[in-house]
Amino acid sequence: MFRKILIANRGEIACRVMRTARRLGIRPVAVYSEADAGALHVATADEAYPIGPAPAADSYLRGERVIEAARSAGAEAVHPGYGFLAENADFAEACAKAGLVFIGPPPAAIRAMGSKSEAKALMHKAKVPLVPGYHEADQNLEVLTLAAEQIGYPLLIKASAGGGGKGMRVVENGKGFAAALQAARREAKAAFGDDRVLLEKYLARPRHVEIQVFADGQGNCVHLFERDCSIQRRHQKVLEEAPAPGLAGATRHAMGEAAVAAARAIGYVGAGTVEFLLDEDGGGQAFFFMEMNTRLQVEHAVTEMITGLDLVEWQLRVAAGEALPFAQDDLAIDGHAIEARLYAEDPVAGFLPATGTLRRLRLPTGDAHVRVDTGVREGDAVGVHYDPMIAKLIVWDEDRAAAVRRLAAALDATEILGLSSNVEFLRATAGHPAFAAAELDTRFIERHEADLIGEPAPVPDRILVLATLGVVLDRRREAGVEADGTSDRWSPWLTAQGWRLNGEAREVIAFRDGEIEREIVVRYGRGGRLGLEADGWSASAVGELSADGHLSVDLDGMRCSAGFVRHGLAVSVIARQPGVAGGTHHLMLVDPVAAAEDEAPTARLSAPMPGRIVAVLVDAGTSVDKGQPLLVLEAMKMEHTVAAPAAGTVTGVPYAVGDQVEEGVELIGFDAS
Amino acid sequence: MTILKSAIDTRSETFQENAKAMRAVVDDLRATVAAIKEGGGAKARDRHVARGKLPPRERVRRLLDPGSPFLELSQLAAHEVYEDPVPAAGLIAGIGRIAGLECMIVANDATVKGGTYYPLTVKKHLRAQEIARENNLPCVYLVDSGGAFLPRQDEVFPDRDHFGRIFYNQATLAAAGVPQIAVVMGSCTAGGAYVPAMADESIIVREQGTIFLGGPPLVKAATGEVVTAEELGGADVHSITSGVTDHLARDDAHALAIARRIVGHLNRAKQPDILLRPSAEPLYPPEDLYGIVPTDLRKPYDVREVIARLVDGSEFDEFKQLYGTTLVTGFAHIHGHPVGIVGNNGILFSESALKGAHFVELCSQRRIPLVFLQNITGFMVGRKYESGGIAKDGAKMVTAVACARVPKITMILGGSFGAGNYGMCGRAYSPRFLWMWPNARISVMGGEQAATVLAEVRRGGIEAAGKKWPEKEEAAFKKPILEQYEHQGHPYYASARLWDDGIVDPADARTVLGLSLSAALNAPVEETRFGVFRM
Repeated sequence: MFRKILIANRGEIACRVMRTARRLGIRPVAVYSEADAGALHVATADEAYPIGPAPAADSYLRGERVIEAARSAGAEAVHPGYGFLAENADFAEACAKAGLVFIGPPPAAIRAMGSKSEAKALMHKAKVPLVPGYHEADQNLEVLTLAAEQIGYPLLIKASAGGGGKGMRVVENGKGFAAALQAARREAKAAFGDDRVLLEKYLARPRHVEIQVFADGQGNCVHLFERDCSIQRRHQKVLEEAPAPGLAGATRHAMGEAAVAAARAIGYVGAGTVEFLLDEDGGGQAFFFMEMNTRLQVEHAVTEMITGLDLVEWQLRVAAGEALPFAQDDLAIDGHAIEARLYAEDPVAGFLPATGTLRRLRLPTGDAHVRVDTGVREGDAVGVHYDPMIAKLIVWDEDRAAAVRRLAAALDATEILGLSSNVEFLRATAGHPAFAAAELDTRFIERHEADLIGEPAPVPDRILVLATLGVVLDRRREAGVEADGTSDRWSPWLTAQGWRLNGEAREVIAFRDGEIEREIVVRYGRGGRLGLEADGWSASAVGELSADGHLSVDLDGMRCSAGFVRHGLAVSVIARQPGVAGGTHHLMLVDPVAAAEDEAPTARLSAPMPGRIVAVLVDAGTSVDKGQPLLVLEAMKMEHTVAAPAAGTVTGVPYAVGDQVEEGVELIGFDAS
Repeated sequence: MTILKSAIDTRSETFQENAKAMRAVVDDLRATVAAIKEGGGAKARDRHVARGKLPPRERVRRLLDPGSPFLELSQLAAHEVYEDPVPAAGLIAGIGRIAGLECMIVANDATVKGGTYYPLTVKKHLRAQEIARENNLPCVYLVDSGGAFLPRQDEVFPDRDHFGRIFYNQATLAAAGVPQIAVVMGSCTAGGAYVPAMADESIIVREQGTIFLGGPPLVKAATGEVVTAEELGGADVHSITSGVTDHLARDDAHALAIARRIVGHLNRAKQPDILLRPSAEPLYPPEDLYGIVPTDLRKPYDVREVIARLVDGSEFDEFKQLYGTTLVTGFAHIHGHPVGIVGNNGILFSESALKGAHFVELCSQRRIPLVFLQNITGFMVGRKYESGGIAKDGAKMVTAVACARVPKITMILGGSFGAGNYGMCGRAYSPRFLWMWPNARISVMGGEQAATVLAEVRRGGIEAAGKKWPEKEEAAFKKPILEQYEHQGHPYYASARLWDDGIVDPADARTVLGLSLSAALNAPVEETRFGVFRM
């Protein structure tokens, strides 16, 4: 076994690999970019080496720097995690050349599965069932269009080199084919440096079921059963579970066999995943090979929970030359596990990745039923450069119904404030009757979108009370902090209770709640007690707010607690009250004076986030219609089109394709007509 | 430190009766102030808001730091003085915290008579500037005024303490290093144009603020030129062309935001140079004061019971406790500020006056702020006392109080009559702040005494003519005098004429004293030089 390994990754997976390494007495070494100098994976490593600036292309994707770090540290092997260099055959080879063990499959296996079309051809030969499609090298537009007609619509365009939904487009009919193809190619080029695509028949209600395989260097290969990853949005997995509900024993067996055959066909070694589409149309269960991921998957934890194995441990053992100690017959499924991925993103804004500081991060405590894998701490920033995953919550119980309850409880115990997160969306998804009934397929979220991503309803009155109390207490706390810094710290001028001569110490605090404005009258009483009043209700409250945002409240005698964060005018409250649906609520304080300070002098077409210009569609002087695309910005690996807010004239185009822009800069000079 | 032990029985009949009576006057005060705060009424307010302006009190609130206290001055100014109601004299003045600094805010209320200056509006504005000067408080003027109230020009324009003094003050305050900031949120006509023009830094709101020496009607009359208000002196004219204003604001909120930013850049720090300590609440609730202090001024009570409810931890160390006992003097803290307290516990005798003079000297020597708790019918009279030289002993106290340069704050708890008013730092003795309780009375002497004195003189005349004065006639003679004194001695009457800085609910007295003391410490505590004490 190795004595020291380098983990060529960051975030939760780096932390997770380190945990197993430590348990096995192996010393983990971390690498980090400039943006990650203070990250958790760096703090928890024995040693950590800087490998370059923040952009992944300048750091985590720079294989030679990783290898150099491994050499400096005296590491014997490199674990690539997932993403970054995990499926880079050149890197695997370079490791070998440098005398380092690459903890993953042989480069040839990576290459074999690296190109989707080549992989399918290979699988076809190995008798693994495939979705009807076009996987040829000829990328001529006419050839592709013809192939598309033959396969029939709807169909899917995918990047040959891709994964993770990048460069993927669904085309409903022939009219949109050319445009979708162009977009898919552009994204593919940006993400993988390769704009080749393949076409596939689009299944109406497919399930995404994948098989975890494991092979050693001695020719043993087993599968560790399946995972159902059908709950996806934009081809990104949201919830993953094992085993797949309702999967017939015979189907499981056949899929397992097929997956092992696929692995064997490419001489696979280590942990891999063979992804299938499961088609249940017509009552049967047909499955088609989609792709093989030649790495550890994000969702490997659910497999660990139902098999009791540590996949990272077996990656390390196999990489060190050990044989698998179990045969297929030794393996069995125990209970049911579900994983939820917590992301910094805004489901309401089309899952736009969010950046910001985790002003409050509370995750459930791990135990026999709950596992939390995370790479961030409260106070950490989620930046623009990497995947905005905050944590994975993995739950286990005897059966699926119990596991679903565990998941709901774990999500209820999760508090994320300071940036937009998908926690409410996950809560809604995990709590949806269709999810409880295991009505799973990859259109689940699309179908139930209205239930899952509804515009937030007006916040409940009680939340408004908590928000008001939080604002008042936060202000008092701020005044106290300010007072500490003055030479007159006990001055009654430094109180923040709105005292007035011969009048009630009373003020009206107004919040914008979605589109509506809600006003609460606050009366400051003795002993910090507040009288709160709004149309139709009143409450008497006293509370305390800790510096870390814990709000404890006595509301007309009822005690409760909540999370509270205020950042400028934005107020967030997390509370789980009996009868209050959903935990996280966002409000904006209405303060015209403070808002006037923030207001930009004129409306501009500004970058919603930092990113790179990938297309400029207009020139200065162009007259445009309302809604006409002006410019395409790539940020967080997604394309954002900036469109004309009204009919008008473009007055300036300050950036060119390839330019990197900061958040808030004016992308296009625009004059509305 | 000695902790005052209260001997009050809150269940006693007297306490309950007192509390009921005091509550009635406090309720009346609150209701009166609440009505005044409505300004020119709903209709005027709606018109004001419809123009895109914030209501004047909202402007003040938004200007202040969120939750900041606002120590409003002269709320009852002009109350029932003029034939028409002029609530708060059409001007909101007070101290509040902006960007961490205590500032004097003076805001015109355009819903009241277009924000024009009545004689008492001028007096209130000047008093606010005086407080700003004495306590070194930056001034922010929220200007929205039609200028002098022309029908009363003789009481507004020509004299020293009339309209022109406002601008004189702006100049001399600025010269003294007290920042002057003007926000033009409405008209600034004629003399009013000088408020922004004389300011250190000024802001104007687009399409709201106008500044001109002569408005369009006057221009037309004078030169025949026809011009709109906006063309003549709008925000663009003054921010872009004339340079009368320094900042152009989109609206009220933006203007207030700029004003807050300006205050944030003043580069001032409050530096109290006396020893402060953590504040502690008194041991007894302030509401007790309702039951302790009788509204009937003839009923005595122990001022220590009041002190126990005003000072930190009810801790009070008396000076000369056993001498001149009708005056209580001693050291305490209010909201962490050291204070010397001078409180009446009966009529002033020679000894009490000497003790008071001594104590005021002590506090001046030690640079300890003075708090006068005034409830005084006057100095003792009679042959024995005159021959004992009570006049020169009283003069010693008056000299000491007049000359003391430490911050002096006076609170009138009950009677304020005759020379007692002088010795206990009445308005003429320039306390930094003078507050009155709603049960208090102020006049040259009590109504009863005045009526009796005048009746005695009258009776002398009648009897000298050998006639008799029937009792009934005497009562009829005294009645209007009593009524006049009651009317003119009432705190509303006093406050309406700015004989004080405001009327205070006894339960708020401690807060008001704390805010006043703290505000006073924006200016350094000066050394005192006394005059000649007649020995």
